[in-house]
Amino acid sequence: MPDDRDVAVLGVGMHPWGKWGRNFVEYGLAAARAALADAGVSWTDIQFVSGADTIRNGYPGFISGATFSQALGWSGARVSSAYAACASGATAIAAARAQILAGLCDVALVVGADTTPKGFFAPVGGERKDDPDWLRFHLLGATNPTYFALYARRRMELFGATEDDFAAVKVKNARAGAANPNARYRQEVSVEEVLASPMVADPLRLLEICATSDGGAALVLSSMDFARRHGRSAAPVTIPAVSTVTPRFPQTVIEMPNFATDSAVAVGAVDGPAFRRSIAFAAYEEAGIGPEDVDVAEVYDLSSALELDWYEDVGLCKEGEAERLLRDGDTALGGRIPVNPSGGLSSFGEAIPAQAIAQVCELVWQLRGQAAGRQVEGARVGVTANQGLFGHGSSVIVTG
Amino acid sequence: MTGAKTRVPAVEGWFTTDADGPALLGSRCRSCGTYAFPRQTFFCGNPGCEGTEFDDVPLSRRGTVWSYTDARYTPPAPYVAADPYVPFCIAAVELAEEKMVVMGQMVPEVTVDDLAVGTEVELVVDVLYEDDDHQYLVWKWRPVAGSGGSGA
Repeated sequence: MPDDRDVAVLGVGMHPWGKWGRNFVEYGLAAARAALADAGVSWTDIQFVSGADTIRNGYPGFISGATFSQALGWSGARVSSAYAACASGATAIAAARAQILAGLCDVALVVGADTTPKGFFAPVGGERKDDPDWLRFHLLGATNPTYFALYARRRMELFGATEDDFAAVKVKNARAGAANPNARYRQEVSVEEVLASPMVADPLRLLEICATSDGGAALVLSSMDFARRHGRSAAPVTIPAVSTVTPRFPQTVIEMPNFATDSAVAVGAVDGPAFRRSIAFAAYEEAGIGPEDVDVAEVYDLSSALELDWYEDVGLCKEGEAERLLRDGDTALGGRIPVNPSGGLSSFGEAIPAQAIAQVCELVWQLRGQAAGRQVEGARVGVTANQGLFGHGSSVIVTG
Repeated sequence: MTGAKTRVPAVEGWFTTDADGPALLGSRCRSCGTYAFPRQTFFCGNPGCEGTEFDDVPLSRRGTVWSYTDARYTPPAPYVAADPYVPFCIAAVELAEEKMVVMGQMVPEVTVDDLAVGTEVELVVDVLYEDDDHQYLVWKWRPVAGSGGSGA
């Protein structure tokens, strides 16, 4: 792997996920302080602050980089604030990494945090008849689980996935999450309990759809040179690749919040992988590795069924083989390629701007051997995968 | 007295309401032929095309189900739900000629048991919600009798 594209992860930190309704800045601040302490870097040494924005907490959320900087105490650091829906965290990581690789700064702080309302995510308020995110609720009653369920049902019909498979993903993730002190849900569940939970969007049940949560996550990233001079470890965990790709035309899988896909009339099918698959593969290419090199993955299980799609889209198996991987126990802790050892969104719920950062935190703990109770033994290479509304790819490779 | 209410589209310019054959109103790029729904007026999504002129075109009235689900819980506002709430199905429907997939609610009497990937459906216009004076209309999909599911 080309070292000249590596940045070091000096520190990681999280505020536990939950549902308290407190100010999101409090969660971000706690995560930032934890990451700085983990790195052994003082706040006033941070040269660049990269915030992942939240759109549900008023103006401070839109300029989160400055908001977190103010909470830590104005230091004169340069700043960026980025919104990319679920991919906001990866976009904030990408901004910090680019600053470091360009030589514009040596050490950066990445922070994302959110406070979420109860129940289904709804669009931002007001009557906005030119906003597809507003219109899909108004004209279709299409919530986020509607889209998750469309993918799940198609998986059942095309590849023979069963309701038991979807429940088994939840059981696996709940077991891992029970061992994670930062997870919101820390109770194991049985297949029977999952299948007894209310149907929300057929075939997905309440326990198979990720909740909306409060939480915060942060990273301290630096140049390899800074890490050698100031880092606590002679061989820190590194990030050799960050993928923030967009789809390629025509995008023929229906995507939230759209009413329709692209039309493939003019150009036929896209030459190459579909969008979700292109996300991690762009990261593999940048890192000079392939999916066969991966020891552990954190993927965006907005639903239990979607985790199975990700097995294929990050290249852990061929299309249509995810159920076999699951049934063989390959993706459970102790299996050949554990997926979501953190417990995933299943155990955390979604704190949107913090989530992609939290995925990296988990991989760093895994690669350092610090994931007590859920450790993937001997993990050296990890991949995250995630996708933001409207077409923001998000994948980070972590090596250690 | 629903008969006395004025029927108006819930959104302007997205579908036609001809009694003998309502249709979604899409756009077609004059340069490359790419369709779009809702109508596109100032860009073509094809990266190899810089077309700026578009024709409004009715989209195919029939398609096949790409996937489907239902909404067991009341969607949040700005959805206007009936009280008491009645769950409904939503389908993503493949249009063969336009080579695209379009979402829509299914007509009220359809359940997921009536649907399968590949079920043939046709477009209808139906009431989305109403107030004292108006019925607000939207497009919905209805299974074509004899195709896959039970029909409706």
